[in-house]
Amino acid sequence: MTGWLLRRGLQAVATFAAVTILLFVVMRLTPGDPLAELTAEKPVTAAQTAALRQRYGIDQPIGRQLTAFLAGAWRGDLGPSIKYGRPVVHLIAERLPASFLLGGAALLLNFTLGTWLGVVQAVRRGSWIDRTLTVLALAAYAMPSFWLGIMLANQVGIEWRLLPPAAMRDPYLAGAGPLVQALDVLRHLVLPAVTLSVVSIAVTMRYQRTALLEVFRLDYVRTARAKGLSERRVIWRHAWRTAVFPILTLLGLWIPILVTGSVFVEAVFSWPGLGALATEAIGGRDYPLILGTTMLVSALVILGNLAADLGYYLLDPRVRRP
Amino acid sequence: MTGSLARALRTAWRVPAGRAGALLLAAMAIAAVAGPALVQDPLAIPDLLAGATPPGADHPFGTDENNRDVLARVVHGARISMSVAGLSVLLSLGLGALVGTVSGYRGGWVDAGLMRLVDAALAVPRLFLLLILTVAWDPLPLGALILVLGGTGWFGTSRIVRGEVLRLRHEPFVVASTALGAGPLRVIFRHLVPNVAGPLLVTATLAVGHVILLEAGLSFLGVGVAPPTPSWGGMIQEGRYLAIAAPWITVFPGLAIVATVLAVNLIGEALRAAFDPRSA
Repeated sequence: MTGWLLRRGLQAVATFAAVTILLFVVMRLTPGDPLAELTAEKPVTAAQTAALRQRYGIDQPIGRQLTAFLAGAWRGDLGPSIKYGRPVVHLIAERLPASFLLGGAALLLNFTLGTWLGVVQAVRRGSWIDRTLTVLALAAYAMPSFWLGIMLANQVGIEWRLLPPAAMRDPYLAGAGPLVQALDVLRHLVLPAVTLSVVSIAVTMRYQRTALLEVFRLDYVRTARAKGLSERRVIWRHAWRTAVFPILTLLGLWIPILVTGSVFVEAVFSWPGLGALATEAIGGRDYPLILGTTMLVSALVILGNLAADLGYYLLDPRVRRP
Repeated sequence: MTGSLARALRTAWRVPAGRAGALLLAAMAIAAVAGPALVQDPLAIPDLLAGATPPGADHPFGTDENNRDVLARVVHGARISMSVAGLSVLLSLGLGALVGTVSGYRGGWVDAGLMRLVDAALAVPRLFLLLILTVAWDPLPLGALILVLGGTGWFGTSRIVRGEVLRLRHEPFVVASTALGAGPLRVIFRHLVPNVAGPLLVTATLAVGHVILLEAGLSFLGVGVAPPTPSWGGMIQEGRYLAIAAPWITVFPGLAIVATVLAVNLIGEALRAAFDPRSA
């Protein structure tokens, strides 16, 4: 166990190091001046430009830039943002809570609703419910999250006035008690979380349906039915317990979908998370900020894969054989 | 090869979902090819002072905030979106097949190096990789957009191809061919490529849908297709703040995206089922 974990952990660290180098090199090799947006239509002297280039380290040859960046990253310093002038690490840290709240809510919705719908489909395989859900899932999968978000914000948020269409808190409730504030955040969370989960739920449904159908074929399920257990008990207590494992390993697949979706969903709903930070960074052509955000997101993906592998290792004894 | 491919296509056509997808995609493709000749110039402004007008006899999809015909822009956008997606998927397919074949066939440190690179690249969500590539590249030419979309889409494909090549390399028919004096190129093109064509076709079809969504997303964020060239994602971005007063500006391009991606995915799923009947 320790050996496996150590080997797998080292592999993850090596991948992250390779990602960091790859991202930095790719970013510096593409055309474009990272300071163009900052200095556009401003009366900057040559001396000021030179000072700026020195501040962001882009006056150095790329090899020197890379070693300086890696040395900084090792100390937890990703340099200053171009748009905000503040350290990238601070900007990212500020946005983490909102992102984890939104991502966690979407993941929860995705898991509960996605597995439940997948079970319903598998149980009624071939029925009109199964077919309708399949078509709906395919349509959801084909839908750009930003478009769905705009539609929902307008209809539910503005036309019907049911839920807030944007932001995370109501500024008028700034002085209210903690319970009121928590409920307010929850109210703001509904639309973005639903939008974010809709586009990824199709994957969960599909995997759950396939996994459960495979388990239904197994002898122990037939035994459970034969000994007269209620269908509900057979499905949930016997079959689903086995069929849920493949879903847990989907974590590695969900994280890229969620972080990608959050860029668009946070942009549409003005949710103050990492995704919105990425959008702001693009607007300002702020490459240190984009680089920092991408590094964090990649670390999350690598950790997600590691967690999924670990889950598999713990749950499925067959993997443990060397 | 052509036999099995034709059989798979026929099987896919027999599935109702595959047929629906093919018909839907054909409709979108006809709109993209023939549409621009039938509707107005997407840059033409009929009456600058009229503003956005709702759908009516003159403009079936209404006009946008600059009073440009939305139908014309959706149809031109179809042309852009579909050709960008098609070309970039072809590019990534070629790159993936090349890297996968070289990696699987050569083995050794070439394989190890290439696959570590692929591992690293796969850990970065593709959107972020694209943002890294395009953030300072302003304005981004359309050719460059195809290049970066194609250049970030081959990692998964190369792994599939490599796996298939490794699996097939020691099969008796490949060994026999080598024993008869066939060089590596002949083995690759005569024996390996036809055998990976099936999985590649499925991957490529599903990739087209994915790239259409990515391109729309990039254009929505302002780093994809540069205005005034019409693109579905860009239209949604421009009409976003008028979505209450003039919903038609955002609704129609969105529906076009859903229809196209859905069509492509339906075909992809039908093809997958045709090549691998167990997964259905």
